[in-house]
Amino acid sequence: MTRKPDFGQEVSNLLHAAEGSPLSTCIQCGTCSGTCPVAPHMDHTPRKLIAMINAGMKNEVLASNTFWYCASCFHCTVRCPSDIDIAEAMYALKRYSVWKGQYKEGLIGPTFSETFVKMIVRTGRSYEPVLAPTYIFSYGMVKFIQEAFNATSMMLKGRIPILPARIKRIENFRRMIGRIIPLGGQS
Amino acid sequence: MKEYAYFPGCSLEKMALSYHQSTMETTKKLGVKLNELEDWNCCGATTYFHVDELLAYTLVARNLAQAEKQGLDVIAPCSACYKNMYFTREHLNKEPDLADHINYALEEDNLKFAGTSKVKHLLELFAHDIGPEEISKKVTQPLTGLNVAAYYGCQILRPRKDHENVEDPHFFEEVLASTGATPVDFALKMRCCGGSLIITSRIAALAMVHNLLQNAVDSNAMLIVTACPLCQVNLECYQQQVNQEFNTNYRIPVLYFTQIVGLAFGIIPKRLGIGTELVSFNPVLSQLKSVK
Repeated sequence: MTRKPDFGQEVSNLLHAAEGSPLSTCIQCGTCSGTCPVAPHMDHTPRKLIAMINAGMKNEVLASNTFWYCASCFHCTVRCPSDIDIAEAMYALKRYSVWKGQYKEGLIGPTFSETFVKMIVRTGRSYEPVLAPTYIFSYGMVKFIQEAFNATSMMLKGRIPILPARIKRIENFRRMIGRIIPLGGQS
Repeated sequence: MKEYAYFPGCSLEKMALSYHQSTMETTKKLGVKLNELEDWNCCGATTYFHVDELLAYTLVARNLAQAEKQGLDVIAPCSACYKNMYFTREHLNKEPDLADHINYALEEDNLKFAGTSKVKHLLELFAHDIGPEEISKKVTQPLTGLNVAAYYGCQILRPRKDHENVEDPHFFEEVLASTGATPVDFALKMRCCGGSLIITSRIAALAMVHNLLQNAVDSNAMLIVTACPLCQVNLECYQQQVNQEFNTNYRIPVLYFTQIVGLAFGIIPKRLGIGTELVSFNPVLSQLKSVK
């Protein structure tokens, strides 16, 4: 009889590149939650999220903002007494949720990440103004004005580029990417 | 003369141009030659690994392969670039099959990753390869009376690389002390500034910046010194928004450590990119001069 891996195993499988222990070895000590600088803003703390993953609560996990709010500071990772690479697990959950197209409504993170990737694939370089439309319209008027003021101040100091940069060997670069992810007609 | 390959990263081209300028000026004085990679691409920052791991490793490997072509170790001034390059090299060295797969892609650009070039952060170059003693020998204008908060941030230190001290390091303070400045006791020196969240989770990030600014002010710091463009922009350019959000009144300058070292070397401020801050450094600078 076919036996599907449970959610905890699925997420652990996504951690093939990380060196840490499996999520199932979590002892629920809460060092990660106590360490996490973003924990107060998360739907569930990292400790609780790991418990939820181990309990197979897939929909609840994917519906939470927790892993999208991870700042990649790796403080939990270096302190975990069970040696779980927690920050890396947050990355794995982001990939899983992008792959499934299943994430909490209203989050900017998923669209931002996808736009970022498309930009790099196109030009090889990061260019801030391309990213602005992924978030600026979700802002209210006050935030919008604050952000525009910031951008203007930075531009006046010569800190925002007018034109996007592009790498020199862009054709080679795109063919290189084509060998990793076939890009249809583009490669 | 020390020689390294140099990967500036996207931020240093414009947003953190002053970091690049001050890096070039100070390393020149220290007899260090930095050769920029011929055709580098974005390292993927903290964002690329969200979407696709294999491609993220490939992008980083392309830069590493260019450094190897120079036969030199590679320096990254941005902490996110540094972390990506350091761990990609380590991971590919451990997984030859993955390295083969990526090398198959790199053939398209006539490059090959072999894992020979070590990856170092610019701050490590100053702290370890050059060392505070050598730095202090070049100081002509000691920054006596300048209370600085050395801000490490995250990815210089974490995730852990060897058996280094990730809970209470001192190498950043030592570099700053070698200029005559006084590093203050800055408790949150390794607490995350939320740089990667400022766009996607703005309120959380602003709260994190708020904490750090308050701690720096409470520690009597006249300015915060960083070694990462994301930290610098987050702590400096979002100060105004923190003030509006939390009804505070912060105006604390945030400079790159290379700008501070450069000032102590007697390099004119303009050549260090001083003057492009949103929170002006001038009041602190004139205060410093009046002490002398």
